[in-house]
Amino acid sequence: MVVQKKQDELVWKKRTTREQWINWFYWLIGISIVLFAWKIISDKTVWFFVQDAPRQAADIGSRMVPPKWSYSLELIKPVWDTINIATLGTVIAMIIAVPVAFCAARNTTPHSTVRIVALFIIVASRSVNSLIWALMLVFILGPGVLAGTVAIGLRSIGFCAKLIYESIEEIDANQVEAVKATGASNLQQMIYGIIPQVLPTIAGVGIYRWDINIRESTILGLVGAGGIGLQLNGSINTLAWTQVSTILLVILATVFVSEWVSAKVRGAII
Amino acid sequence: MNNVSKTLYPKNWKKPPFIKRSWLRWSIIIGSILYLIAALSSMDINIQRVLEGIPRGQRFIESFFPPNFSDNRGVVWEGILESIWMAIISTVAGIALSIPIGLGAARNLAPLWVYMTCRFIIAASRTFPEIILAIFAVKLFGFGPFAGFIALSLGTIGFFAKLLAEDIENSSPAQAEAVKATGANWFQWINYAIQPQVMPRMIGLSVYRLDINFRESAVVGIVGGGGIGATLNTAFSRYEFDTAAAILLVIIGIVMVLEYASSHLRKWVQ
Repeated sequence: MVVQKKQDELVWKKRTTREQWINWFYWLIGISIVLFAWKIISDKTVWFFVQDAPRQAADIGSRMVPPKWSYSLELIKPVWDTINIATLGTVIAMIIAVPVAFCAARNTTPHSTVRIVALFIIVASRSVNSLIWALMLVFILGPGVLAGTVAIGLRSIGFCAKLIYESIEEIDANQVEAVKATGASNLQQMIYGIIPQVLPTIAGVGIYRWDINIRESTILGLVGAGGIGLQLNGSINTLAWTQVSTILLVILATVFVSEWVSAKVRGAII
Repeated sequence: MNNVSKTLYPKNWKKPPFIKRSWLRWSIIIGSILYLIAALSSMDINIQRVLEGIPRGQRFIESFFPPNFSDNRGVVWEGILESIWMAIISTVAGIALSIPIGLGAARNLAPLWVYMTCRFIIAASRTFPEIILAIFAVKLFGFGPFAGFIALSLGTIGFFAKLLAEDIENSSPAQAEAVKATGANWFQWINYAIQPQVMPRMIGLSVYRLDINFRESAVVGIVGGGGIGATLNTAFSRYEFDTAAAILLVIIGIVMVLEYASSHLRKWVQ
């Protein structure tokens, strides 16, 4: 912040001239990168299709109404499958994530090598999308709900373990020390000193991830891993647009309900 | 005296349960057991197929090694670069679209009808995963990175505009009022009173979103949206698992770098 004198008048400015130039320079670099990226993408685009897109959108849109309501009865089983994939996947993830989180937290890890391994598990699980996990698991386990459940589980480990280990690192050390002062063993310290402090976080993270998993499990069917995505893929491939709009509405409703449930439960825990 | 302390402090201490109301605790426990039975029985796991899959899985994992980074015609690097450009441009475009929507979705800035419209846009964009948006984008704009770019930008809106709106709603009204009292117009008001308050968090979030968009760009390719996902999908369908392993490792590496960078940037900005 500077005050400059301009024709005998004091003018307030946010930055000095030097700061302003540096600022402009950063903007220049940023904008050049974006323009370069845009050029690469636009070179690979067939602009004729893009120009045609509004007409296509109107066409598909007109084919999607009215939704085929009778089809929604056939969707009960897929929705049940989708919810199962999300729920059981979250359960698997939490069972694995809690020990991984304890290994990854600085204050509870048994050894620093274990910590590095645990951190690698977290990053690897987080960076590979659940659809890619599902793609691989369909090869191993065969198409179906099981592959989807395991994929959701593997994908969620990293997310849950990361949030849990961060909260383990932030616990109040005094309570652990108090438990230690009673002569408790390491295991007892963990059960009576640490776990009660992080239990609300663990429950909250589980619910939060369940909500995300409902959303993710709706698409696993695209690679054959069960759930409502199978019907979506099938309907799109057969150009049954009225079924597609029904499925999208059902997904919308499922996601809204799951969000409501998760918000209620989290409100009750915290 | 001795007698009193004995009655006051019983020798046997029991850990208080996590859920205090016993009827709620028991109904949750029984309900979850019933749900697990129902879910597992409807999953129809084909044990035979899973057992068959185990040696297949072993071979599958073996064929991942050694990862082949230099596969035919350098498709790996081409795909990675395309994904990076796609992530950058869709983050920038998504944020540019999110700013007006985020401002409109903040209750302390916008009138009710603008608020409702913007909140609806955010909710719609958050409900559908990027991959479903990508399916429709591919239908409308044809195969290639442009469709992926559209899908990721739309996905960014739901994430970024929501967090921006929440941050604006939590910003201090005192500063906003002080700037308003100087006679600033609406744009000056936003620029000098609101923007400095939300900027640090938004910079951190945009790097985080860049990270998400890069990860998501690995899956929009599976439905034809270009980027590394297209390469990965090709590698899987051609059974070139060593190339697939290389791609997954590169994705994990880049995500690690981005995560490290974003956590540093966030610390530096705040």
